[in-house]
Amino acid sequence: MFDLDTWQEIVQTMRRNKLRTTLTAAGVFWGMFMLMVMLGFGDALERGTKRGMGGFATNAVYIWGQRTSLPYKGFQPGRSIDYNNADAAAVKREVDGIEYFAPRNQLGGYQDGNNVGRGAKTGNFQVMGDMPDMRFIQPMEMVHGRFLNDLDVQRHRKVAVIGNTVYEVLFQNGEDPVGQQITINGVSFMVIGSFKSAMPGDRGERQAGTIHIPFSTFQRAFNYGDRVGWFAITGDADASATQVEAHVRAVLRNRHSIHPDDSQGIGSYNSEKDFEKMSNLFWGIRLFVWFVGTATLATGLVGVSNIMLIVVRERTKEIGLRRALGATPFSVVSLVLLEATVLTGIAGYSGLIGGLALLQIVSVVIGPDNPSMGQPRVDLVVAFGAGFILLLGGFFSGLLPAQRAVNIKTVDALRAD
Amino acid sequence: MIRLENINKFYQVGGKPLHVLKELSLTIETGEYVSIMGSSGSGKSTLLNILGILDDYDSGNYHLGGTLIRDLSETQAAQYRNAYIGFVFQSFHLLPFKNAIENVALPLYYRGISRKERNVTAMDFLDRVGLADRAHHLPSELSGGQKQRLAIARALISEPRIILADEPTGALDTTTSDEVMQVIEAVNASGITVIVVTHEQDIADRTSRIITLRDGAMAVDG
Repeated sequence: MFDLDTWQEIVQTMRRNKLRTTLTAAGVFWGMFMLMVMLGFGDALERGTKRGMGGFATNAVYIWGQRTSLPYKGFQPGRSIDYNNADAAAVKREVDGIEYFAPRNQLGGYQDGNNVGRGAKTGNFQVMGDMPDMRFIQPMEMVHGRFLNDLDVQRHRKVAVIGNTVYEVLFQNGEDPVGQQITINGVSFMVIGSFKSAMPGDRGERQAGTIHIPFSTFQRAFNYGDRVGWFAITGDADASATQVEAHVRAVLRNRHSIHPDDSQGIGSYNSEKDFEKMSNLFWGIRLFVWFVGTATLATGLVGVSNIMLIVVRERTKEIGLRRALGATPFSVVSLVLLEATVLTGIAGYSGLIGGLALLQIVSVVIGPDNPSMGQPRVDLVVAFGAGFILLLGGFFSGLLPAQRAVNIKTVDALRAD
Repeated sequence: MIRLENINKFYQVGGKPLHVLKELSLTIETGEYVSIMGSSGSGKSTLLNILGILDDYDSGNYHLGGTLIRDLSETQAAQYRNAYIGFVFQSFHLLPFKNAIENVALPLYYRGISRKERNVTAMDFLDRVGLADRAHHLPSELSGGQKQRLAIARALISEPRIILADEPTGALDTTTSDEVMQVIEAVNASGITVIVVTHEQDIADRTSRIITLRDGAMAVDG
């Protein structure tokens, strides 16, 4: 079956109808090509987006105070909820499964700029009162010095860690900021470190324009008393962020006498939910890609099947003659099946290679650091798995025509003049 | 060599059975040179198909070289055809995309003989029909007579016991016909049974026995 003669026959028949063979092959080629390209770009989009969340903990919970909407225990609705150090201590004590815990304060309103200066240089930056754990919740890369530590917080040290945008504005390029003084709203702080954001895009830029000072120092220096703006928390490996979120809310609700059904008193955000939503979205995209890709391929295979039917019909006389000369049904079937499989295989694998090549080119053009897109690529196992299934498809697309070929009556075939 | 006993054959034509061969009995000995004549519709093509194991029959017995040919699987039929019978057709039925030597060698391909051996044998048979110098020509580059001689070489290469020729000269002019018939007669002289289906009296006259069919039954035998 796999001798040279059989292959010669296949090549000969394909050559006899170059245009038709090419067009048929084009269908399969296109299907495979599109499948690879779509898989690649789906993957690129997914990795790009995930990198956009970049290192940003996927199990982070943020909890802040809002106004209540239900009366409870003698309190009127519309009461504003504010947190303090006692709340922070209680949450840390009572909630299980917390890995990193960081009560935070921000100077001024949310994302509001402040007057920061060093000598003649000034700038508007976001100033945060933070715990040492914060660097694990919003990952950063230290460029100079270090981040805040527990002693800074315990001793109310007037120290600051600055983002690289802050560094660029207040310092000369190459200058070591560690040990230098800056003023925030007129209060002097010593810089102990500078960092680069580990996140790309807007979020990274915002982080780069931030100054972190010890949480305790913040409360004291800016007259915040024992107020806590909000909490940033991550669950540990065993606890889901959703569980932690619910537990923290319960503790705070209890402490602040908020109605259990009040959805308004406590505001919270849970990155796990977003992450899940996004995972689902990409799962959906992948499903769609496979659906469209395989449907396109299937159309190509139907084309192969059709063409093989035509080929068999055209070669009725030839097949009849071969039978008269002693061709067994098996040899006729294998000729048709092999031709369908070879045609599909060549076209499909060309599409596969073509698709992968295009992805490679796009990869090089995009480069590894594109903010919105990862480099598109397809898992080779997936690619060649698809190729193998395609070959099977080619084989099956030949079955019906092969059946037709075998049913040709030698007598009728030779007489059909 | 060939023994037909009470062969009946029906075709379904428009839902109605058409009785094509009626109780046909016939014996052909080894080495005979026989022609089958008959007007169109007399059943001569059908008879040829049954003899060539290209078609089956509805009742009766067909013995070929002592073997009962009945209810064969397609694969068995293919093997018998390959081993016993060489076909020559009116319209040659050469594969247009294969050259002369490949066309001649085709039956040996189905016998599983290696390409090298096939080609040596095919060359020998091409030489016998005087086409050795055309070995690498495509059928389209050959004349009608050459094509038919090529087809005869193809029929002979499997060293069959019987040559079945269906209007072998039907597509040829008189001179070429004579040429082809001479080749066929030489084949017969070598001891192979030859059965020629024809409607040309002068072709039939060259054979040693003329069987005439009329309406699916034997009309004249002699």
